[in-house]
Amino acid sequence: MSKYVIIGNSAGAIGCVEGIRSIDNDGEITLIASEPHHTYSRPLISYLLYGKTDEQRMKYRSDSFYKDNKVRKMLGKTVVSIDNNAKKVVLSDGKEVSYEKLMVATGSVPFVPPMDGLDKVKKRFSFMTLDDAHKLEKAITPQSKVLIVGAGLIGLKCAEGINDKVESITVVDLADRILPSILDNEGSVVVRKHIESKGIKFYLGNSVKTFDKGKATLVSGAEIDFDILVLAVGVRPCVSLIKDIGGKVNRGIITDEKCRTSLENIYAAGDCTESYDVSSNKNKVMALLPNAYMQGETAGINMAGGNAVYDNAIPMNAIGFFGLHIITAGTYEGDSYVSTGNGNYKKLFYKSNRLKGYIMIGDVKRAGIYTSLIKKRTPLSSIDFDLIKEKPQLMAFSKKVRKEFLAK
Amino acid sequence: MKRIYVDEKWCLGCHLCEYNCAFANSGKDNMAKALKNVKINPRIQIEEKDGISFAVSCRHCEEPLCVKGCITGALSVVDGVIQIDREKCVGCYTCVLSCPYGAIMPSDDGVVQKCELCLKNSHGKPACVEGCPNRAIIYEEKE
Repeated sequence: MSKYVIIGNSAGAIGCVEGIRSIDNDGEITLIASEPHHTYSRPLISYLLYGKTDEQRMKYRSDSFYKDNKVRKMLGKTVVSIDNNAKKVVLSDGKEVSYEKLMVATGSVPFVPPMDGLDKVKKRFSFMTLDDAHKLEKAITPQSKVLIVGAGLIGLKCAEGINDKVESITVVDLADRILPSILDNEGSVVVRKHIESKGIKFYLGNSVKTFDKGKATLVSGAEIDFDILVLAVGVRPCVSLIKDIGGKVNRGIITDEKCRTSLENIYAAGDCTESYDVSSNKNKVMALLPNAYMQGETAGINMAGGNAVYDNAIPMNAIGFFGLHIITAGTYEGDSYVSTGNGNYKKLFYKSNRLKGYIMIGDVKRAGIYTSLIKKRTPLSSIDFDLIKEKPQLMAFSKKVRKEFLAK
Repeated sequence: MKRIYVDEKWCLGCHLCEYNCAFANSGKDNMAKALKNVKINPRIQIEEKDGISFAVSCRHCEEPLCVKGCITGALSVVDGVIQIDREKCVGCYTCVLSCPYGAIMPSDDGVVQKCELCLKNSHGKPACVEGCPNRAIIYEEKE
């Protein structure tokens, strides 16, 4: 019997451990995860490939984390089902672990759409986990011609990670622009030109019709020679453990502001969940690391008998490619304000007296001031909007608010 | 714990805090040598407009969004002070995206930098506070 059982070992799970331990120092925590590794930061696998970090430095928490937090870890073990009546989880080896409170932080897995001839491609990779990164690293050579399907965050980070180690990279995406989930058309062009200047080739508004040995034929008729294929089309939240026992699931596991699922004593956090986006007033999957941590922490506090809510989540991303930084947040709706120059691009979206979203490319300094306006739903009439348009600055707030921010 | 507070009423806009910050974090023992012909990139930065000015540096928040959002675990709270492990940071700028005060920023070498109250540099106590000629920046216990 463990008081707390956590399924997963990434940001949501670690946030949960820290949330529990902020309230309950001793209650037994058992953490179960399929991957055998010490907790590591998934988004760093591309940085690992180009040598900006290493396996020691990409650990998400120190080597003594589990010991310090009195966590019994069961790594390399997979939970196959939950019995919430008996309050236990069942592992693939038949073992069972009982719980009082359960955290499901199962993340997501790559989604592979059916593609003609895909089974003929021997060197085929995903780019989600440390093991994926190692496999890809082993397969590539300076002569490799790499085809990446998917011009989203994962596909392009992968391209950046291996660009110096291969002969060529070609990226194909069904969307007519790169990074469609975070960029508008104009912003997308700015980033695409930068990435193209590093030798990466794009086929957009296009898709693979058939794979043959060493060759992909696109819908447009274009043919691409390749020997390594990376599939980065999208991800699917791992919801089955909850779905199988009748918990509410849409695309992701549905969670409330206390990060509870619809099932008693079961909580969920991270990429497997769907939660409320205050910038669009809609439920969505917001698969991003800060969100996962904060959901996990909130759940942990509540699991331990505390009272926490996480009620101001928004989609947001900080990412860079070959030295060009991009920060985006919120929802792109309403009126917009654009400023460009010196290779920078900035667009603000506002509606009903609120900042709804923004895109900053190049100069991203102090972007968090914008993020905060969106999360707090600050009425734009209460600040100097002209100053905020010019750049993120505290000068745009009233004297009284500035005093609250800075003075004793 | 003690924190840095800024009262814009007393700020002269002299920017001395910026220079003292840059010097304290330069690793050099002579201010002229440290700053001559250098474009400084201090961890405390002045905002000014129409006769109003004030310095902004890390608030060492009790709800540190930068720490919670950090994708590498490079940011952490040690005895109430938010610190950055420059070895772990990869310069993704998720903290820049998260900080409501715009008080964490890119350094000159790609990773981020932030005010650590001069506790990790040779100065040992906040240089911006010591050098402020009008006590517009103070380092005091929170009430």
